[in-house]
Amino acid sequence: MSSSDVARQPDPSRSLSLSGHVGFDSLPDQLVNKSTCQGFCFNILCIGETGIGKSTLMDTLFNTNFENFEASHFEPQVKLRAQTYDLQESNVRLRLTVVNTVGFGDQMNKQESYQPVVDYIDRQFESYLQEELKIKRSLHSYHDSRVHACLYFISPTGHSLKSLDLVTMKKLDSKVNIIPVIAKADTISKSELHKFKIKIMSELVSNGVQIYQFPLDDETVAQVNTAMNGLLPFAVVGSTEEVSVGNKMVKARQYPWGVVQVENETHCDFVKLREMLICVNMEDLREQTHTAHYELYRRCKLEEMGFKDTDPESKPVSLQETYEAKRQEFLLELQKREEEMRQMFVQRVKEKESELKDSERELQNRFEQLKRLHADEKAALEEKRRLLEDDQSSFGKRRAAAQLLAAQNLTSNGKKDKDHTALAFCIVGLLFERQTLACKHYYKMHCFIVVSTLTFTFFNRFE
Amino acid sequence: CWPHGELRRFSDQDKEYVGFATLPNQVHRKSVKKGFDFTLMVAGESGLGKSTLVNSLFLTDLYKDRRLLNAEERITQTVEITKHTVDIEEKGVKLKLTIVDTPGFGDAVNNTECWKPVADYIDQQFEQYFRDESGLNRKNIQDNRVHCCLYFISPFGHGLRPLDVEFMKALHEKVNIVPVLAKADTLTPMEVRRKKIKIREEIEQYGIKIYQFPDCDSDEDEDFKQQDQELKDSIPFAVIGSNTVVEAKGKRVRGRLYPWGIVEVENQSHCDFIKLRNMLVRTHMQDLKDVTRETHYENYRAHCIQSMTRMVVKERNRKYAPRRPRPIGQHQTGQGRTGRT
Repeated sequence: MSSSDVARQPDPSRSLSLSGHVGFDSLPDQLVNKSTCQGFCFNILCIGETGIGKSTLMDTLFNTNFENFEASHFEPQVKLRAQTYDLQESNVRLRLTVVNTVGFGDQMNKQESYQPVVDYIDRQFESYLQEELKIKRSLHSYHDSRVHACLYFISPTGHSLKSLDLVTMKKLDSKVNIIPVIAKADTISKSELHKFKIKIMSELVSNGVQIYQFPLDDETVAQVNTAMNGLLPFAVVGSTEEVSVGNKMVKARQYPWGVVQVENETHCDFVKLREMLICVNMEDLREQTHTAHYELYRRCKLEEMGFKDTDPESKPVSLQETYEAKRQEFLLELQKREEEMRQMFVQRVKEKESELKDSERELQNRFEQLKRLHADEKAALEEKRRLLEDDQSSFGKRRAAAQLLAAQNLTSNGKKDKDHTALAFCIVGLLFERQTLACKHYYKMHCFIVVSTLTFTFFNRFE
Repeated sequence: CWPHGELRRFSDQDKEYVGFATLPNQVHRKSVKKGFDFTLMVAGESGLGKSTLVNSLFLTDLYKDRRLLNAEERITQTVEITKHTVDIEEKGVKLKLTIVDTPGFGDAVNNTECWKPVADYIDQQFEQYFRDESGLNRKNIQDNRVHCCLYFISPFGHGLRPLDVEFMKALHEKVNIVPVLAKADTLTPMEVRRKKIKIREEIEQYGIKIYQFPDCDSDEDEDFKQQDQELKDSIPFAVIGSNTVVEAKGKRVRGRLYPWGIVEVENQSHCDFIKLRNMLVRTHMQDLKDVTRETHYENYRAHCIQSMTRMVVKERNRKYAPRRPRPIGQHQTGQGRTGRT
């Protein structure tokens, strides 16, 4: 795709008249044959409160019975359920996907209710975009899952839109073709219906919601479409049950006061909806989705990624170059981030290491301290033990000396000798004590001297 | 001269005739003189036909100059409480009817706790009555307590929604809730039956205490008992309301005109409007008032007094707490730090 391919103005062409039948008027037929062989594909999204009649209306529209089950009101979040069916009418095959919301409008806080729907639509666009951007792509056999039409079911209160309706439709109007319908319309009388429709349309207009307008560019259907545009939103009634009216069995709802016929145009707008949605404008809906909504999505997405059609000097920019540039940028960015992370990692490791070292040192100090304390205590204990031992030995000696003295006193002969011996012993003991006890215990010494002197004189007196 | 053996001319009853058999008449006379009052609350999302039903019930037009909000205005709408009081009279009996409306309920995009203003309003009325009742001058107490709440359930869904369950659970012990299936002309008879069963099951499942009709005495006649049973089986009442009178089969009736037929509001085979009206106005109005007075108000009063005593006890404990020596590092208990209120 080089810049020379982008042709901005078509070459002026001249029109010529034919002098005979050439035959290219069969081109549309060839196209039709081709597409009929391929089969068609259509995707409808139905948004509405639980129980409002989405599934019943789909069954009625397509005259069949899609497998549906009654949803609960107590879903915590809005979900979407998509089911695909293959239908055939005469020789035309249609692959129909019906997407229903589950739990819409049931939650207490509905501020985020629109988000799952928007996400779903964007996902379909995204997958188509991915397919388009692939190198080896197969667009012609790609199953197009983009939403072509969105039926928004309005609750028949008779007053106006609900706040949730307004908020949701505003979020969706640029992404999908919105066709609002008034559900369960057999609860609104004719006059009320007229006022209700006017109120709804005025609210949509005053809030800038773009609903789908049936196209007016094709003269064959322009008239019908204009009339239908004025009847929006369609008030529909759905029913799969048949009731006999006259001599026919028709789809209807039987009440004690009458029978509401689904296909009776005076009863409801079902026939108009079917015609507009399926018979007349189905192809236009698909086209709108592809050319308007999908293109808008694609443009936004690519601009987000940084692509531009023209660079600052207003020259056309090639996709490839931009892509390469983007890739380089991305790689550089990655490298830078990696560097940063590595730096951070190194830094962290350093910090942790120093921390650990500090704590190790601290532990060591404490250990030393404790050891010293321990040694001190041990020394003190040793000292005490020694003192105790000394005490013990001196006591032992004194005891021995006293015993000896007592023994000497019993034998009178060798008394004087014994006296002398006793005295000598006392003096020896004294000296011994003195030697051992230094000055600390000189009081003890004193006592000892006194006691020994007394003992000596006492025994002397008794001689 | 009344010789023994002759037929007495007066009944034996006259001998012991005291006369209090006339008490009911006296009550009747006094009550007619005093007049009655009744407060009805209607609650439910916008567009379910509440105002139309109220108009149909009391055959008046209470909502003449009502302005409905647009969708954009409703995105962040808060719930208001509005009161309309009318004095109506029938055969000498005066009724002061107050309708309490809740515009904005369930209309905003975020409806968390949107039932709170309603619960607060009911509590306020109880509180005001409680205060009046405990006051010194009790001559003219105005009873603004809500006697009955008609809760409108949407017929477009499959039964109760989270909003319905939350609202009813928040209020079932404050007011008599009578659930009503609105705009029933959107449902065929079989759909009505199925929905009623489903809603009754869900009410039981979620433990919602709606207003229970009193059981009738065993000595009532069979007809009455059967009617009573039918009434109990019709909950929630599938109703249709109408502001307009149409012509059907030569008669002028209140109804809705459709291309496929005319729905008559007062036709029992079309909807339960008659049952609801009879229940609300003709048979159970007094019982609703009694239950409000004896059960809901008494609950509120007991709860109020209990919480007041608890507060007093807490105050007292708090006052004396600092004099006790605080143990170091221990928690004080019961000194106003508990989570209980």
